[in-house]
Amino acid sequence: MKAPLLEVDDVVRTYKGSFLSRRRVAAVDGVSLSLETGQPEIFTIVGESGSGKTTLARMILGMVSPSAGAIRFQGVDLFALRSRRARLRFMKQVQPVFQNPFEAFNPMKRVDRYLFATARRMAGLRHAATIADAADDALKSVGLSLAEVRGRFPHELSGGQLQRVAIARALISKPALLVADEPVSMIDASLRASIVNLLRDLRDRMGVSIIYITHDLATAYYISDRILIMQRGRAVETGDARAVLDNPQHPYSRLLKASVLSPDVPSTPGARLRTGQQTQQGVLPHA
Amino acid sequence: MSGQLPGPVLAVSGLQAYYRTAAFGVKREVRAVDNVSFAIEANEIYGLAGESSSGKTTLIKTIANAIQPPLQVLGGSVMLDLSGRRLDIHAIDARELAAIRWKHLSYIMQGSMNVLNPVRRVRHSFVDFAFRHIGTPMPQFLQLVRDHLQRLHLTPDVLEAYPHQLSGGMRQRVTIALATVCRPELIIADEPTTALDVVVQKSVLAMIHEIQRELRSSILFVTHDMSVHANLSDRLGIMYAGRLVEEGRTADVFRQPRHPYTAHLIASLPRMGDAAAKQGLAGAPPNLADPPPGCRFHPRCPRASDICRQQTPIMQWHTPSHRAACFHPVGEPAA
Repeated sequence: MKAPLLEVDDVVRTYKGSFLSRRRVAAVDGVSLSLETGQPEIFTIVGESGSGKTTLARMILGMVSPSAGAIRFQGVDLFALRSRRARLRFMKQVQPVFQNPFEAFNPMKRVDRYLFATARRMAGLRHAATIADAADDALKSVGLSLAEVRGRFPHELSGGQLQRVAIARALISKPALLVADEPVSMIDASLRASIVNLLRDLRDRMGVSIIYITHDLATAYYISDRILIMQRGRAVETGDARAVLDNPQHPYSRLLKASVLSPDVPSTPGARLRTGQQTQQGVLPHA
Repeated sequence: MSGQLPGPVLAVSGLQAYYRTAAFGVKREVRAVDNVSFAIEANEIYGLAGESSSGKTTLIKTIANAIQPPLQVLGGSVMLDLSGRRLDIHAIDARELAAIRWKHLSYIMQGSMNVLNPVRRVRHSFVDFAFRHIGTPMPQFLQLVRDHLQRLHLTPDVLEAYPHQLSGGMRQRVTIALATVCRPELIIADEPTTALDVVVQKSVLAMIHEIQRELRSSILFVTHDMSVHANLSDRLGIMYAGRLVEEGRTADVFRQPRHPYTAHLIASLPRMGDAAAKQGLAGAPPNLADPPPGCRFHPRCPRASDICRQQTPIMQWHTPSHRAACFHPVGEPAA
């Protein structure tokens, strides 16, 4: 039997409290999940800020080491990767997409340089022509082309285009897993749907598994296969996305669902805001 | 506050605000707000929607007369009606402007940390912003602030806290209390809940709604989040590329959008319990330094025809309260 693509096994990550404080804060507190090889899916992690979802993503990317527990990618423990070679092999397979494309790209650098550098370092291509081809292929899979992007600076592209370039860059090394941390929250409303559709398309067409991190339950419902709901570092509910969101069991999941503002206009303005306000104040951790 | 004369609190007409730069002999003109007209009635939440670079923030700056080069107002007027006193905010001097700001026209901003002084207790922020407008001795002033906080279901203890000791949602509630303590006629809210979590967002919106209904102030509520508008705004204006393209009662705009851009925005909203495929909109918002001729939406519009490429559509009233600037409005056969 093949090893799972990704196994997150009861990971904990604690941070030291503030200066002079002895308290330790567990940003992630015993979370487990696993993605199977050969079954591409969109696995969504939702939760409010401070729930540990970004820390979990950084651990999966190998940027932060867990304080306890283990993360295995294709059966190999991430933090046993000592050599540069092994590390590079892992980075080829697991690629990040960040929240704000305007911050992910250096404003003084032409965006095609990122694509070429990735093709050289991650995909190990040598000749200028093959590098350009790889970049063009990746851009085409996100609905752009090298001709549109070549020589452009980040400010010359819209947020949606730039986020597509960021996704194209991640695809150059033909990864098995994308870790997308709030990839649409900085994108304009009219462009958001197309980025979300792109993620779905990548799963279906290219067989890439995607860990999609968000606080937006409506897009989570739209694209996810499975979902994990986090609260204060712990996984409170997990399972099939539609089943969980249609019928949440944990009180926190219910609260999250109740907080989603429906885009349907209520009969009297503001009517929906008032209902459920009392229940919220009791449950909120710090507001 | 009761017995106000009917009439708009804010009347913007034909407003044009451009950014004009001339560097190294290259002149650039960015038409951020181009011929925008609308009015906000008393006791109304007017929502303004639009994506980034649609001119929302420039419009707010121009309304508040916070104009700094290279931004210039080239035409149009912004009239305020402050309990019967009508004035043009661009025609008054700095002293008068300072007297009006915060007392009659206040703001709720996106980043509460930009409003509250990070190294002083919250109490000092209230004193800095509101003390001179209220005009009572300090003990009475602080009592008034405490009463106001209690009305907003906040504990007066927050006055003695430093901003960093409060959570993001709590801080934003404090800035709302700060913006409403003088009972202004008009409050400008610029993306006040965008930086907050979903759970906190709803209760902050509920708070804004409650205090608005109580003070009967008018709010210009700016956000790109259509779900927020659906739940909060009485009327809604949609901006695209520096122009107002549609305006109407929120329910009407959502139920029967007339402008194709609005129709797309509403149709592409993800909903819980609905996994049907949503279409994205092709293309990208135009560069306002070089906007397309005619209707600025025509390069992305599925209904565009020749006239859209040549002429600028003017606002047409579809019902007495619903208008849109489109030659081929949704709901009528396309040319």
